Amino acid sequence: MLRHLAGRIGQSAVVLLIMSFVVYGLIGLMPGDPIDLMISSNPKLTPADAERLRRVYGLDQPLLGRWWAWLGAALSGDFGHSRLYARPVLEVMAAPLVNTLLLMGTALTLSLAVALPLGVLAGTRPGSWFDRAANLLAFAGISMPVFWLGLMLIVLFAVRLGWLPASGVEAVGGGDRARHMVLPVLTLALAGIGQHLRYMRAAMIETLRQDWIRTARAKGLSWRRVVLRHALRHALTPVATVVALEAGALFSGALITETVFAWPGMGKLIYDSVMGNDFNLALATLLLATAVTLAANVAADLAYAALDPRITWR
Amino acid sequence: MRNRLAVGCLILLAVLCLLAAGAPLIEAMLGIDPEAVDLMARLEPASAAHPLGTDELGRDVLARLLEGGRVSLAVGLATALIAALVGTLIGVAAGYVGGALDALLMRLTDGVIALPLLPLLIVLAAVDPAKLGLPAEMVGSPWFGLARIVAIIGLVGWTTVARLSRAAALGLRDRDFVRASRATGAGPLRIMRRHILPNVVSPVIVATTLSVGNVILLESALSFLGLGIQPPLPSWGNMLSGALELIHASPALAVWPGAMIFLTVLAFNFLGDGLQDAFEPRSPTTRL
Repeated sequence: MLRHLAGRIGQSAVVLLIMSFVVYGLIGLMPGDPIDLMISSNPKLTPADAERLRRVYGLDQPLLGRWWAWLGAALSGDFGHSRLYARPVLEVMAAPLVNTLLLMGTALTLSLAVALPLGVLAGTRPGSWFDRAANLLAFAGISMPVFWLGLMLIVLFAVRLGWLPASGVEAVGGGDRARHMVLPVLTLALAGIGQHLRYMRAAMIETLRQDWIRTARAKGLSWRRVVLRHALRHALTPVATVVALEAGALFSGALITETVFAWPGMGKLIYDSVMGNDFNLALATLLLATAVTLAANVAADLAYAALDPRITWR
Repeated sequence: MRNRLAVGCLILLAVLCLLAAGAPLIEAMLGIDPEAVDLMARLEPASAAHPLGTDELGRDVLARLLEGGRVSLAVGLATALIAALVGTLIGVAAGYVGGALDALLMRLTDGVIALPLLPLLIVLAAVDPAKLGLPAEMVGSPWFGLARIVAIIGLVGWTTVARLSRAAALGLRDRDFVRASRATGAGPLRIMRRHILPNVVSPVIVATTLSVGNVILLESALSFLGLGIQPPLPSWGNMLSGALELIHASPALAVWPGAMIFLTVLAFNFLGDGLQDAFEPRSPTTRL
């Protein structure tokens, strides 16, 4: 168990290291050049100054050497300064981190609270009218472009009805946070319901086909008890795995929702830093997002083993 | 019931493809030009001249919807096909050859799957092609924009097919007909082509159909963020990128392109699901 875990963490660390190099290289390929950007804000700099700056910042070095230097600094906790916010990168990332976790946690909870009961109900009655309706909902959910869902919710609740604010985290001057959260949470939750419902339903159907379910029925247990006590626990295993993976993906994948609603979370920070040529910030946020998805993968693995007693690791 | 739905979706998609392919013809018949800017007729409601009204530059929304459909469908189909091709090659090679090659290719697949998809796509889409040393006239052409988005999404989109075809190839490797072929002296390339490939086709077709919908969603999201298909070339995604600022002036502008994306992706998903039932009748079915 521990050896397996250590192996998985080691593997993830290797992927993260490779990714840091790939992203470092890709960021150098984005439009704009750090020295050009400095020159554009200070017309007094001569081409000779630019050359000197290039040397001072090590930009005349080969890619591998620059990445190595960056890695050394990053490992000692120095991710450099953000160009857009003129503050250390780690400081810039603190508030968006909280905003994203808040958005993500609420949306995921809401989505699961709706989707899991519906999925169990649909999975225990495959082919019924309820199952068909639930399926239609699930397919609609997975086929919906998230940004469009967000736009439609804004049209309905912010423009037509005027009940809720369309963007931001709080009213000008503070306050009103809860009302600002409603639409982005609703968008993310609605988008997730389809996926969750489908997994829960499929897992339930698969479980109810097992022989041990028939045994439980044969020994005289009520259907209700079989479903809730025996089948549910088994069926939740694959769902838990998927949810763990999804939590990792949502960390940066809420990017579109955050952009539509101007919600200052991690996703929007990644988007803004890439678009705004903020190389240090883009690098740090992208690698944090990668680390989180990799961790979610390991967590999904662990959840699977913890929930399924048949799995034992060498 | 189930297959009727899948067939209905197939017909709907065929009609959409025909409309998209025949877009220039339809525009000529209606006498409208998707690129024609008319600043005197901005954000007009639906009328006889403009059945769905006009956008912020006075362009006809219906004509742009048709043109956008060409782009979105073409990108969706091309990317899904390329990803399926790459995925099948990788999967079959890994599954049939096995050993170190299998381990290497599957670690690569695991690695790509574990990456955060959307941020990665954004970085790839933000790469400046001029810095890659590509000639300027090539970079500037609208075709390059299309090829670029196909390449970017294809680069990360092959993993599902690779896993599926690896599993299928692994199951076939030691079947009797494959052993018989090996005994008669067929080389690995011939066996893969003649015996393995034809037998991995059905899961690949299902996965590819489902992935067309996903590609269309990703392309539209990137275009919405301003990193995919670049205007003036319309795509259903980039038609929505201006809609947010205009949401008070013209909420209707935000409705149509998104509804088309939704409908198309829904149809591909139902079709893929129907194909899965047809190919694997024993899998847990989703009946509607």
